[in-house]
This record gives sequence, structure tokens and C-alpha cells, in this order.
Amino acid sequence: MATDLTHLPAVHTDVHPIFGKLTWQSIPIHEPVLVGTFIGVAIIASVVLYLLTKYKWWGYLWSEWFTSIDHKKIGIMYMVLGFIMFVRGFADALLMRSQQALASMGYEGYLIPHHYDQIFSAHGVIMIFFAAMPFVTGFMNYVMPLQIGARDVAFPFLNNLSFWLTVSGAVLVMISLFVGEFSTNGWLAYPPLSGLEYSPSVGMDYYLWALNIAGIGTTLSGINLVVTIVKMRCPGMTWMRMPIFTWTTLCTNILIVASFPVLAATLALITADRYIGTQFFNTELGGNPMMYVNLIWIWGHPEVYILILPIFGIFSEVVSTYSGKRLFGYTSMVYATCVIMVLSYLVWLHHFFTMGAGASVNSFFGITTMIISIPTGAKLFNWLFTMYKGRIRFELPMMWTIAFMLTFTIGGMTGVLLAVPPADYVLHNSLFLVAHFHNVIIGGVVFGVFAGVTHWFPKAFGFKLDPYWGHLSFWGWIIGFYLAFMPLYLLGLMGVTRRLSQFEDTIYAAYFITAAIGALFIAGGIASFFIQLYVSIRDRDSERLRDDTGDPWDGRTLEWSTSSPPPYYNFAFTPRVHGIDTYAEMKRHGYQRPTDGFAPIHMPRYTASGVVIAGLLTVMGFGLIWHIWWMAAFGFVTAILWAIGHTFNYNRDYYVPAEEVRAIETARGPRMEPAE
Amino acid sequence: MSTATPSATDMPEYHVIETPHHDGEEHPHETGTMLGFWIYLMSDCLIFGVLFAVYAVVGQNYAAGPSPADLFEIDMILLSTFMLLFSSITYGFAVINMQQRNTAMFYLWMVVTLGFGLAFLGLEVKEFTHLWHIGATPSTSAFLSAFFTLVGTHGLHVTFGSIWLVVLLIQVGLHGLTAENQRRVMCLSLFWHFLDLIWIGVFSFVYLAGVLQ
Repeated sequence: MATDLTHLPAVHTDVHPIFGKLTWQSIPIHEPVLVGTFIGVAIIASVVLYLLTKYKWWGYLWSEWFTSIDHKKIGIMYMVLGFIMFVRGFADALLMRSQQALASMGYEGYLIPHHYDQIFSAHGVIMIFFAAMPFVTGFMNYVMPLQIGARDVAFPFLNNLSFWLTVSGAVLVMISLFVGEFSTNGWLAYPPLSGLEYSPSVGMDYYLWALNIAGIGTTLSGINLVVTIVKMRCPGMTWMRMPIFTWTTLCTNILIVASFPVLAATLALITADRYIGTQFFNTELGGNPMMYVNLIWIWGHPEVYILILPIFGIFSEVVSTYSGKRLFGYTSMVYATCVIMVLSYLVWLHHFFTMGAGASVNSFFGITTMIISIPTGAKLFNWLFTMYKGRIRFELPMMWTIAFMLTFTIGGMTGVLLAVPPADYVLHNSLFLVAHFHNVIIGGVVFGVFAGVTHWFPKAFGFKLDPYWGHLSFWGWIIGFYLAFMPLYLLGLMGVTRRLSQFEDTIYAAYFITAAIGALFIAGGIASFFIQLYVSIRDRDSERLRDDTGDPWDGRTLEWSTSSPPPYYNFAFTPRVHGIDTYAEMKRHGYQRPTDGFAPIHMPRYTASGVVIAGLLTVMGFGLIWHIWWMAAFGFVTAILWAIGHTFNYNRDYYVPAEEVRAIETARGPRMEPAE
Repeated sequence: MSTATPSATDMPEYHVIETPHHDGEEHPHETGTMLGFWIYLMSDCLIFGVLFAVYAVVGQNYAAGPSPADLFEIDMILLSTFMLLFSSITYGFAVINMQQRNTAMFYLWMVVTLGFGLAFLGLEVKEFTHLWHIGATPSTSAFLSAFFTLVGTHGLHVTFGSIWLVVLLIQVGLHGLTAENQRRVMCLSLFWHFLDLIWIGVFSFVYLAGVLQ
């Protein structure tokens, strides 16, 4: 196929002093797909803005949510961000599936290659950074402090700032849809393709600044949660009494702190190559593109464990709760998590065995990769043995967990297959790889997110999610996943490479059409989930969904010992812990919450600084992307000045009077009679 | 631990009876600041680790351009090294005076620290402009890209440290050496000594190794 480059935006060599590279041509009105999307988004946005204004919710949102430093509200906001971006990323997936199905049948399809490249790049970036990461961070934020009996995280303001920095990155990616374009270089943007010579447009710059800004937020959040776990556990909660989800949160955040700086530095290098003309990845003047590939995967491999470890924690909580048993092999679970945390740093080269590092280097990384399957396998056996002789309740979280155990095992085994360097030489960059990582990310992370949402939703809102629509969502996902990705394994084995928008041959049509049908099933699963939310909110006061006990699932850990939703201070009295699964033990002893003796509670104040600083950095990012230097300088300087101004505020905390605590506790008292 | 047949009498205590503490006592959620700052420093250290690694990989790739022996004036670098090392010592003196509640001397040593820090930055700017003038810019070769990025990132850190120092002096002026301000002084202290440590790495692996080739 002849390469048609006429649709590529012209390179603007001259930069306007006020508008930078931004011109009317930057608005993609010649792309019908984008114009349609824009109209759709504009209509939805206007309706949302209209409703917010009509019901006067702006003040409420601002003062109760946006400026909130309550870890629970921030956790919920992370989840909302995750679901919004998840829908965007999934829309990209539908476009790709349908384009490939059409192309495999011999049609040209409706996406030109340049646009298709943007879609798979955006899909990967959004799903990893702005869907999966907010999901796991949301869970860690919401659940972990409750599990360790704390009243908030160690640095509540930083937590709010981290969230808004993540939003800032997501906003930049979304802006790229309608102003200019997005990167065409895949989710990791290898040079020299991502260098200025081959990617002169703003797409790559959107990628860089979105990830730079969001990455700072993630690092700060990692520091915050590590310190929270180390310093703020309630009395009696020794390391080996922490709930498994808290353990996985600890290991995840250690991974974040130890890997995201590498991402920041790597992106800074390629940013410098593009903005100030350094030669890090230009071979002509001594640079080395493989250095980029090494560096990005030194972050990238720990990143996949950052996503999956907290999810393992969710499954551990779910299995033990719905089997009515203590988790089998608690200690081995802790050690397995820690071993995975360490090993995840020793495998990065398996992402590019074909670099040609030689047999010895490839063998080393192949073997370390295979070793990771040992602690992971230990975890699976622990979950199985927890179920063994348990009284299993097949509530939805448990179903998601069983689906995960089956699916993830397949994904894990194809992973071990890819870890064999000679096999990898055949399968590298093929659809087999695409099938493998979707197998572990959907079968692991996504299933885990749905298990976790169903499990903890009643804790956060005081009512359960409707099981009927939940089951529909579950089966849509399961059937859809297998239909969509099993054909990709076969296609990969047949030699189809990834990221193709056109095919010369029509023999693959049946596989691609099956995969597209699978994507439609998944779409049904996602739609059912949102209907489930709607139905549950509509029927929230009904007998079957409402939960007044705070403990609808017969939970075992501390978060179930407080009311649903928990009061903003979480616990009127700091809990004291004597073993694993404290709340199960408290219930066995017939523990009653005290009804008097309340003391004032020390709490942090809300602040708008997080929103403002992140907003200014978004302005800075937009200016840098479009080479609007005055705007970039304005955003940067004002953000710094605002941050400095924030440090002059010494009045950051207050005491909740004992009387207010008493009033809240009395109001929720009758709702929380012990279950037995 | 619990027994098979628990009763109300042998029930362990499941919550802490709290006593109100309003005055200057350490707040429970603030004890993590120093640990948090340490973790931040280690993450920052990783950024420098990457930049050192990049320098190690491409630092010999001169692309027919100048090499370290052509560029580095080791005498000036030694001078600026001492500026930074002295600033660490004087920061230490400031901390000692803070602990002895000697606010005036604390101020004096902090200002001296700032002076040394600015002198270091001035020498670095002088070096960079000189290199720029003779045509050794970041775009000349991968070696110079790595050099400017590593040394420049350190310089940026010192710049932010200096701004922080000025802000902190204003805050101490406003509120005195309160517990909160003392904690901030200790955080900046960690930051300042950390930059010293990084510089020792830069001096040894970039400048000394460069001129000794």
C-alpha cells in the first residue's frame, strides 16, 4: 500500500508569539469520526453542566469533593476518573476491533492509518495510566486507611494534590482528541520514531506532558501511602497482622516510589531531545535508542505489578470473606507478595529479547521471569485452599474471583511461554503478545476492579449493587473476553503482528470478526455495569439493597466495623488489634461499640490548593505542548507561587468536638446492631 | 488470643480510650513527615541514578565534538565544589543553633549557607555560558547532552533549595522556631546535604574521571 502522507498536519516551523503552533488547522474538522465524537461529548457535557447548574451542585461539589482531603472521597473520585477514562479507552478498543474486522474482510475500513495509530496509542496510555492506575489508587486510598484503623492518610493535602495531578494528565489526553492530535507511537513511544524527526506534531508532546504531570502525582501518592502504612497503623497491628490488601498496598507503593522516578527521568530525556535538541537517542551524534527501551521498561515492568498486586489483595480479601474462613497461608501470601515486588525489578529485558543482548543475558532474564510464576502460583494455591472446605457464598465478588483464577492462569502460562527467549523471537510483537497481556490485565486487573467495586460499594455508600445487572455484566465480560482474545492468540501464532490497520489477505477474517463480536459482548458487560449502578441508586432504600449494619458480607477486617458510609473521621475510637481478621474476632466476642466517653478528634482541614496547582500545571502543559511559551511560563510560575503561598498557611487542622462525635455516633448507633 | 468459648469477661480491649491533647504535643498524623521526606529523597536519588547511568552509557560518545579534557576547568570546579561543601557545614551550624534556640545565629548561618549556595550556582552558570560560547552545547553530542542534563538537574535542585531557604527564613521570621518550622528546617537540611552527596558523585564521576582520562 502506498504511503499517503498528505493527511499529516503540516509542520509549523514558525511559532506564533501568542498562539504558538496552535492554528485553526489544529482543530480536526476534516475527520468525520472526530467531529461526531466531539458533538457527542459536547452534548453530554452540556447536559451535565446544565444539570449541575440547575440543581446548584457546583458549590457542593467544590466544597465537599474537589477540595476534600478525606481519603474516602479522594478514593471515590479516583474511581470515577477511572471509569470515565475506561469508557474512553474502551471506545478506542471498539474502533480498533471494528476497523480490523473490516480490514480483514478486504475493506479499507473507516480509519486511515495515521488515525488508527493514534487510537491504539491512546487506548494503551489511557487504559494503563488513566483507567487502571486510578482504579488501584482509588481502592488503596479508600480501603487501606480503614483497614489499618487510621483516620486519614499521612499527608492528606498531598493526597488531594496527587489526585488532581492525575486528572490534569487525563485532561490533556482528552484535549488532544479535539485540539491537534495524539501520539502515534504506541503506549511507550520508542525513539527514534518518537523523536522530533519522525513525530514532529504535537501528538507526542501531549503524551509527554500528560504522563510527566500525572507521574508526579502518582509518585507523591506512593510516598504518602507508604508512610501511612508504616506510621499510622492502630495499636496492636503488627506487620504480620495487617490485612493482605494492606500488605499488597504497601508493596505496590514501594514499587511506585522506586519506579516512577525512572519514568520521570526517561520521559524528561526524550522531552529534552524534542524541546532543547539534546542527542540522547540520536545515533548520529552518539545517542542510543536502546537506552530508552531499557529505561522505560525498568519502570514498565514494575508498573504491571503495581497494577496487579493490589488486585491480588482484593481477591485475597474476597476469597476469605465469601468462604467464611481465614485466608489460607497468610504468611506465605505476605512473602509471595514481597518476592514478586523484588523480582519485578529483575525481568525488564524480557520485553525486548530481540534487542540482541546475547544468549547469556536473555537466559538470565528468561529465568528470572519464569521464577516470578512461583510466588504467583503459591498465591493461586492459597486462594484455592482457602475455598477448600469453606462455606462459599457465590456472591458476585466471589464469581469474579473464580473467573479471575481460571483466566489469569491461562494468561500466566502464555506469559511463561513468552519468557522463553527462542519462543519470544517468534512471538515478539505479534498478536499473541497482545492476547497475553490483555489476558492478564483484563482477567486480573479488570475482573479484580469489578470484584472490589461490588465488595466495597456498600461500605462506601450504604447500599449494595443490584445483583441481576451485576450477573449480566459478569457474563458479558467473561464471554466477551474469551471471544475477543482467544482468536488473537491463534492469529499471533499464525504470525499476525500487532498495530495493523490494513490486511492484504482475507484468510484471517473469521478470527477478527469473532474478536469484534467479543468486543460487543464486553460492551454489553460495561453497559450492564452502568445500568447496575443506575438501578442500585434508584432502589437504594429498598429492603434488598439497603445495608444498615455496615457489614453486609460478614466481613473480617476493620473497615467493616464502622458504619456505611463511615463517618469522616472513620473511627470514633481508634481500634486496638489482637490478631489477623480483627473484626471477625470482635464479632465472635460479641463486641459492642462504646456509646460514651468520646474525645475530640484531630482532623485536617479541606483546601483548594490541590485543584488550583494542578489546574495551573495543566495550563503549563498545554502551553508547552503548543509552544505557547508565555502560557507555559505563566502556568509554571503561578503554580510554584501558589505552592509557596500554601506553605504559609499554618492553620491546617482542627479538633472535632466530642459533642459532635457523640451526635454522629448516636445517630448511626441504632443502624449498627451486631449481626448475631 | 481468643478461646473456643468466649465470654464477655475475657474479651480483649478492642479500642483505645483516648485522652484529649490540644497543646504542642506531637500530632499523630504528623509524625510521618521525616520518613516521607526521606522516601522522597530516595526517589529523587533514583532520578539522579538514571542520569548517572545515562552518562555512563553515552558519556564517551563525543561525536567528533569536544571531550571532557578539552572542556573542564578543574580548578574552577574544585572551587565550586568547596562552595557547596562549605554550605553544608554552615547549614549544620544553623541546625545546631536552632536546637540551642539561638535564633540570631541560626539566621546568620542560614544566610551564609545561602551565600555559598548562590556562589556555587553563579560558578555553574559561568561554566555553562562559557561552554555555550565555545560551541559546546547540549545538542553537540550525546556526551554533552548527558553532561548538561546531569549537572543542570543538580543545579536546578540547588536553585529550588535556595528559593526554599529564603521562603523558610521568612516563615521563621513570621512564626519563630516553632515545632512546625523546625521540622521544615530539618527537611531542607536533609535536602541540602543530599544535594552535596549527589555533587560528590558528579565531581568524581564526571569531572575528575573526565580530566584524568
